[in-house]
Amino acid sequence: MDFVCNFPFFSILLTLFSGTICSMLPRRAAKWVNTGVILAAGGMSLALLIWMLSGGECFVYRMGHFPAPWGNEIRAGILEAAMALFFCLIMLLSMWGGRKKLDEEVEESKHNLYYVLVNLLLSSLLALVYTNDLFTAYVFVEINTIAACGLIMIRQIGRTLAAAVRYMIMSLVGSGLLLIGLCMLYDLTGHLLMSNIREQVEVIMAEGTYAIPLVITVALMVVGLAIKSALFPFHAWLPDAYGYSTISSAAILSSLASKGYIFLLIKIIYRVIGFTVFNNTHIINVLFVFGLMAMVFGSLSAIKESGIRRMIAFSSVAQVGYIYMGIGLGTKVGMVASVYHIFAHAAGKALLFIAVIGLTDVSGFSRRFIDQTGAGFRNKIAGIGFTVGSLSMVGVPVFAGFVSKILFAQAAVNNSRKLLPTMIVLAVSTILNAIYFMKTVIRIYTPAPDCGFEGVALRKEKLYALSILLFIALNIALGMSSQPVVDAISTGLDMFG
Amino acid sequence: MSRRKSEKEYEKTFACHFFRWLDGEKDPFIGQVEMQQQEAFREGEGDAERRLQEKNILLNQIYGRKKSRSIRNLERFYKVASVVFCGILIYLLLLTVSFLPPIGVAQRPINNEVSARYIEKGLQETGAINIVSGMILDYRAFDTLGESHVLFVATVTVLILLRMDKGKKDYAGVSLEEVEANDRRYEPKNDAILQMAAYLLVPVIIIFGVYVILNGHLGPGGGFSGGAIIGAGLILYLNAFGFEKTERFFTEKTYKRISFCSLSFYCIAKSYSFYTGANHIESIIPKGTPGAILSSGLILPLNIAVGLVVACTMYAFYVMFRKGGF
Repeated sequence: MDFVCNFPFFSILLTLFSGTICSMLPRRAAKWVNTGVILAAGGMSLALLIWMLSGGECFVYRMGHFPAPWGNEIRAGILEAAMALFFCLIMLLSMWGGRKKLDEEVEESKHNLYYVLVNLLLSSLLALVYTNDLFTAYVFVEINTIAACGLIMIRQIGRTLAAAVRYMIMSLVGSGLLLIGLCMLYDLTGHLLMSNIREQVEVIMAEGTYAIPLVITVALMVVGLAIKSALFPFHAWLPDAYGYSTISSAAILSSLASKGYIFLLIKIIYRVIGFTVFNNTHIINVLFVFGLMAMVFGSLSAIKESGIRRMIAFSSVAQVGYIYMGIGLGTKVGMVASVYHIFAHAAGKALLFIAVIGLTDVSGFSRRFIDQTGAGFRNKIAGIGFTVGSLSMVGVPVFAGFVSKILFAQAAVNNSRKLLPTMIVLAVSTILNAIYFMKTVIRIYTPAPDCGFEGVALRKEKLYALSILLFIALNIALGMSSQPVVDAISTGLDMFG
Repeated sequence: MSRRKSEKEYEKTFACHFFRWLDGEKDPFIGQVEMQQQEAFREGEGDAERRLQEKNILLNQIYGRKKSRSIRNLERFYKVASVVFCGILIYLLLLTVSFLPPIGVAQRPINNEVSARYIEKGLQETGAINIVSGMILDYRAFDTLGESHVLFVATVTVLILLRMDKGKKDYAGVSLEEVEANDRRYEPKNDAILQMAAYLLVPVIIIFGVYVILNGHLGPGGGFSGGAIIGAGLILYLNAFGFEKTERFFTEKTYKRISFCSLSFYCIAKSYSFYTGANHIESIIPKGTPGAILSSGLILPLNIAVGLVVACTMYAFYVMFRKGGF
């Protein structure tokens, strides 16, 4: 076994351990440990990805002295490595972009606890990406949930506390359903390891003995993960949680925490239940319909919203709808489009959140649209960042969002029954997206000479500007050179087997 | 006369105390127990009005609920819909349960090679007589590593929510010092009965907890249950004797150091074991003779680490919820 095969294990354990260390450190040291650990985990994922792309096979890694069905196991392929690298990258940029705001909004004595939560969240995301065992996945889902709650409420104002309570209740319902599903799946198959469950599921489907409980089990797990990733009817916790928490938390939650659950769902579909078995149940149609509804209703809520940050939060509902719509198409092309949209949305939405805080800060800390007039001139880099993010979300060529829309449309063509609704809703949703994003872009570039708000000089916020520039570069890179990414996703999905 | 006691001597004997208590002449607890009634909760002037106002602001401005008919109807609909939804969910789950494999039959899917190996080879492979310990701390140690970090992240979140820092006054208008002064207002101080009970029980409870932890690989028990017992003992001690006495041996620093050391030990020890296991290197940790107290490789130290984390977590939760600081 090559040494590079140890990297998934190293990155999970390193991030987990650094969480414990940060709890003992003063805040500046904790900050550096946090940055260093994210860089290290990202670097290891990059090395793993390069090794995979240059001919490495996907492999399982034994956690301990006992082989798979008895001990724990993690697994890595191209898609896992790419996802881990991307999560680390977005995490790092979000932390950089929100650092100044974090210093202002969070009590100084609790800063190191913030870094503890971020490290543990990253560790749980990496574990969710790499795990090959359903119970390990559940344990890290718990860490993810609690850490996300802490990230929301560390800025202690009334609305974040209420949002954290809401998030916790909804998210625990999701965890509970996932756990019930998992227990029943264990009862039916006698395994917790993904590949063994899949063998047993095939036996069950062939014999037809436990078909009904199996379908309900799958439904429970899917609904549990859908609640946790804010699919349309279950999105009530989302707007306040993203709209009022400190800005790094909002960026991390919207682009990483919910995507971890979606990736776990994709992994369950491929590696636990089996793609064909899942496609033959009606759950996939339910996901498709809810995805379509999310695309329309999320955008409508965003148009009605009067605060700029809550508007972006509602836009997340619509974008999660795109991802579930792609899963619901039930073809491999649709799945590739969904995974690509996970990347595109994470890059775009984190950029929007980081950019919007620069705009509201030069508008007297107001979230109302009317006060944002001319904010793009007062904080130039934030204005550019917001425009790029909006264009990407709307789906203008050159940026990442365009490619994912093309991929969704191509995927819909392969499925004759779902072609028409997909195309119509895709068009409607794009127009709705354009309405609220372009309205905001025009608003921030309308000159307002006598508004009375001070502008901000670029050289005072070097880290912020750097993070926005890197985000813009990431969006353009994803949009311009999409073919290698799509190929990698496609090979990665094939490796899922 | 020789066997008679003087009245003064007699008054000191146990019999005298007993008979006087029996006759109702004297209550032995007067002077020993602070007989103080709990202060009733009293609302200041205008508090009720302010509360009502805040509630209205919350409903109207934040949740935007105007008292229009359609919204009230929607609320009613939500109530009915939630009941119907729960009913459907209960029906579905019961239906599923009726289709699940029957219990107590040898051909159940869960009676497969996995549990067979745990039962047959568990002792030999892990060195632990208690195969549950062997499973959670050796076969599936990665899950347990995650689980102990769940406890850790939960404590961190509670610290974020409830910890108050010294010298600040923005926690709804009270500072930590005032909270400390108020801490024992609602319960009697220096309760002789409670203190005597704690004096007798706490050592036993803590020793029992230690026994459960150290015996985890030999019999029922282990880090999680033993740690919970020790935590309960500490909480009892705190209730009986107050913060001043507890702070002599358990402060925030102690908590931080103990949980840091245990979690890092767990992380490092298991990383070594995972690394050697995955790379097919022989581990240097000896298994020992099964049944001896020093046996079963890493399971005993890991049990101790988990036990310390659990005990500290329980105590920290209690302290945080009680007054927001150690």
